[in-house]
Amino acid sequence: MSILDSKVPKGPLKDKWTNYKDKINLVNPANKRSIDIIVVGTGLAGGSAAATLAELGYNVKAFCYQDSPRRAHSIAAQGGINAAKNYQGDGDSTYRLFYDTIKGGDYRSREANVYRLAEVSGNIIDQCVAQGVPFARDYGGLLDNRSFGGVLVSRTFYAKGQTGQQLLLGAYSAMNRQIARGKIEMFNRHEMLDVVKINGKARGIIARNLVTGEIERHSAHAVVIATGGYGNVYFLSTNAMGSNATAAWKVHKKGAFFANPCYTQIHPTCIPRSGDYQSKLTLMSESLRNDGRIWVPKKMEDVMAIREGKKKPTDLSEEERDYYLERRYPAFGNLVPRDVASRAAKERCDAGYGVNATGEAVYLDFKSAIERYGNEQAKLHGITNASKEKITELGEEIIRAKYGNLFQMYEKIVDENPYKTPMMIYPATHYTMGGIWVDYNLMTTVEGLYCIGEANFSDHGANRLGASALMQGLADGYFILPYTIGDYLSHEIRTGKIPTNTPEFDEAEKAVTDQINAFINNKGTHSVDYFHKKLGKVMWDKCGMSRNATDLKEAIQEIKAIREEFYKEVKVPGKANEMNPELEKAGRVADFLELGELFAKDALMREESCGGHFREESVELDGEQEGEAKRNDAEFAFVAAWEYKGEPSDAVLHKEQLEFNDIELKQRSYK
Amino acid sequence: MSGFFNSSIGRKYAMALSAFFLMIFIVQHFAINILSVFSPDAFNEISHFMGTNPLVQFGLQPILLFGVIFHFVMGFILEIRNRNARVVKYAQYNGDANSTWMSRNMIWSGGFILVFLVIHFIDFWFPEINTKFIQGDMSGLLADGEGYRYYEELTHKFAPIWRVALYCVGFIFLALHLLHGFSSAFQSVGANNKYTRGLKGFGKAYAIIIPLGFIFIALFHHFNQ
Amino acid sequence: MKLTLKIWRQNGSQDKGKMVDYQVSDISESMSFLEMMDVLNEQIINEGGEPVAFDHDCREGICGMCSMHINGEPHGPDKGITTCQLHMRSFKDGDTITIEPFRAKAFPVIKDLMVDRSSFERIQQAGGYISVNTSGNTQDANSIPIDKHAADMAMDSATCIGCGACVASCKNASAMLFVGAKVSQYALLPQGQVEAVDRVKNMVAQMDLEGFGNCTNTGACEVECPKGISLENIARLNREYFKANVKG
Repeated sequence: MSILDSKVPKGPLKDKWTNYKDKINLVNPANKRSIDIIVVGTGLAGGSAAATLAELGYNVKAFCYQDSPRRAHSIAAQGGINAAKNYQGDGDSTYRLFYDTIKGGDYRSREANVYRLAEVSGNIIDQCVAQGVPFARDYGGLLDNRSFGGVLVSRTFYAKGQTGQQLLLGAYSAMNRQIARGKIEMFNRHEMLDVVKINGKARGIIARNLVTGEIERHSAHAVVIATGGYGNVYFLSTNAMGSNATAAWKVHKKGAFFANPCYTQIHPTCIPRSGDYQSKLTLMSESLRNDGRIWVPKKMEDVMAIREGKKKPTDLSEEERDYYLERRYPAFGNLVPRDVASRAAKERCDAGYGVNATGEAVYLDFKSAIERYGNEQAKLHGITNASKEKITELGEEIIRAKYGNLFQMYEKIVDENPYKTPMMIYPATHYTMGGIWVDYNLMTTVEGLYCIGEANFSDHGANRLGASALMQGLADGYFILPYTIGDYLSHEIRTGKIPTNTPEFDEAEKAVTDQINAFINNKGTHSVDYFHKKLGKVMWDKCGMSRNATDLKEAIQEIKAIREEFYKEVKVPGKANEMNPELEKAGRVADFLELGELFAKDALMREESCGGHFREESVELDGEQEGEAKRNDAEFAFVAAWEYKGEPSDAVLHKEQLEFNDIELKQRSYK
Repeated sequence: MSGFFNSSIGRKYAMALSAFFLMIFIVQHFAINILSVFSPDAFNEISHFMGTNPLVQFGLQPILLFGVIFHFVMGFILEIRNRNARVVKYAQYNGDANSTWMSRNMIWSGGFILVFLVIHFIDFWFPEINTKFIQGDMSGLLADGEGYRYYEELTHKFAPIWRVALYCVGFIFLALHLLHGFSSAFQSVGANNKYTRGLKGFGKAYAIIIPLGFIFIALFHHFNQ
Repeated sequence: MKLTLKIWRQNGSQDKGKMVDYQVSDISESMSFLEMMDVLNEQIINEGGEPVAFDHDCREGICGMCSMHINGEPHGPDKGITTCQLHMRSFKDGDTITIEPFRAKAFPVIKDLMVDRSSFERIQQAGGYISVNTSGNTQDANSIPIDKHAADMAMDSATCIGCGACVASCKNASAMLFVGAKVSQYALLPQGQVEAVDRVKNMVAQMDLEGFGNCTNTGACEVECPKGISLENIARLNREYFKANVKG
């Protein structure tokens, strides 16, 4: 029997959340005024949670490392947010959104959580519109929808290509209202460096004021971690430079189990790396795959000619191109889910067909879409015998209207005109489905410590569908946590203010200060980035898009070695008591160096292929699906929650068995 | 509304409203002056009317003076405040990349216009006030009583080339000031809509034609002595 | 490429600060400007110096954190981009590049090229929101139809990333484009009407209190805004402010 209790309420799936809400304990308004809550991170999850908890009457202290809550990386989400509103009347429903999310996640998420997510999805849209989020509308003045990969309905709400920005600004405005009312105390440019536990309960945090370097103690009756994912363990990812796993890792070390670290999403359409100096990768929205065709040359000599600049991609005839997604997956073609598209690109590039100097790029070609739209437009405008140039011009107009900002972004970075020559793309780390394990209440294995948004092990199973991350972040923050945390806090009304002059705070602060001083006083030889890049390379090469036991075992050893070298040789200039970005990075990389090892350990343990986790040993050996990912439901239909025991290699595995009562487990097929 | 004019935006409105008033005044001033080119008699008639009509002299003239002084004083106050909004200056500031020279140097064009106005007052306004209200000669006639003095005095002033040159320079600064000021005043009162493009074109024409007209008048009288 | 960099170095808010020259070589044209700064910092660290502190985060032009004044312009010579989207191909071998922080009294320098933009925060807190509680039973999203044109315009205003380039470019260090964009977003939507009077009055009052300069309509902000927020937003701010004062 596992020690993990998911605390999923009894009763039919449809009624669980309603019944739960009806029966939980509430805190009366007067008592809320004497209860403090710390929220770390101010993205969609943290921002919406802080605002809502403050509205309810709790005293909220919110922390972010940026200079404003508005800069959290939720802001970079482009595509949209899903909600089962069925405004288009195309058959959408709560159940269908639930079903798509479970299936998209390759049956590795908890049913009750996902159903609840689908249930509250509609409320999110109502709430955001009331806040003044300018969603796209049609000419009748009603909300517009678009469709996204992996589903059969149009349920994605969007605000141009900046949906994440608009939703975050909505949550930010709600926070601002509470900051003005004095209900949220905002700590910008502060980084949480540890959680403080008193008698087994989370009672506060140690934070560093990044401007002055001062180490501060903050106490509260509950602590909420909303610090996002750990994609930067790869060094290169679509995450922000500052995105880090420190808060999540520090709570893990204090007893919160870390679940499914190996589930990462590698997004297929990102701008490829151009050189070793590269600091970050830029995502191009998945929507491009609606019109772009992905290919590499068929013949190796063409690949070489292109790399040497002797040939241009446009010189190759249709017969000389390998549209490998259309070849391998005739049914879904270029619109296969993210994990499948990414692996297929890697397969071609590993075989030597990559089309840029680094050998890690494939083409995303809009030529046929431009021709198709051009012909349509010519017909629409009644132009007979339109010239080739005219058709191209008309087609480019349509493409510009649909993807203009993305094409412009590409041109700025790569300096090539994607209307005239195919784009080059390559997969990049984008989102991490794994994270801190939480129960139905979103509470971690530490009492009073909650984890929401991308930071928790989430509702996305082994693979997240497009436009679902925004939905989950806001659902957790606006509509779920405010209820579940109240149930816990109803037992805290007699606790009173929590003092910070206790031995527990002393101890936590000392550990933080010791680590900082160790970094500053270390007379090393290499910068923090040197080690981070080294770690990133191991992660990408051996724990990337496809994994095998040999590589993973090597990775574990290599990461350990890098970690040891890091502590000996890292060089952190400057002082502890000042603004010191290198010091900040050092602490974050130290945690990535541990997390990376657990990541590899988890990937090694999971001897099946599911969603974003592909094990070369677990593939279909024959039949129509030959070579495709093979899930092993009999042995691996569980959440892997790891308990910290000193070293990542000593971590102890706890399994939460996943039960599917309302959904049938099937193989995902895109052939 | 009392707080309104103490706010940054309220002050913009105040600058814009006084600017509108001054721009209308300039058109009126120009209309009368250009008469001197075509018909000395008509010029004399209207000058006498304007110079002796109590409504103009005791009603409009003080308002105009107030408008001029207000526009200048407020302009200087805002400039000082705006400079204080950036204590440490940039080592390199490439204003040409994002704005016109005129828009960035309103204080200088305005300042030179002020210098010019002082000279202009000494040339015309003080002698007028002296003649009419200190010496009490409200007749508007020449010393020999043969007809009005206004046209005679005007042409006389533009005889020396240095004064003509000075006036030309003054009007060039006026043009520079108006090239930004005209459309800026509309923007300040919140008028930015589908007519803005047309209005900007009109503003440019206004900013060039009116000062050019004044220059023409000065040159005309200089060369027709 | 080989480049000479003239960079503002200031060790903390109390320090006087000065321009310091650096040389960098082996700069690739495909590097972003901030990657060039990474190369410089790596070089400084290896030489035993203190790296240049600068704000940056998403490096894809949306978070609004990066804030460098490059060769006399916020976010550098190219238009419609943030510093992180500027690439080295915009410069030539042998160029000298001047890099300064965004300068305004309301944006005090924290260190080197980092400035404190919390004045923007306080302006937003003064009224940059619609007072609606999270309840889960606000009216259905489609019960308020909004004219597509108005919704699109509100979206254009809402794309502001709060980077402060408008303030940095303005010769008066005025924040009116920033405030105008936020006021406009709500002024264009029916949801924003209820609190319109108080919102614009409070936000403008806070803006004035923070020590930003006044707008003289030079239009520099509009040109330098990485998101292309137009001057119409300032005109609308002026109108809204006037209306609010007439109403009471």
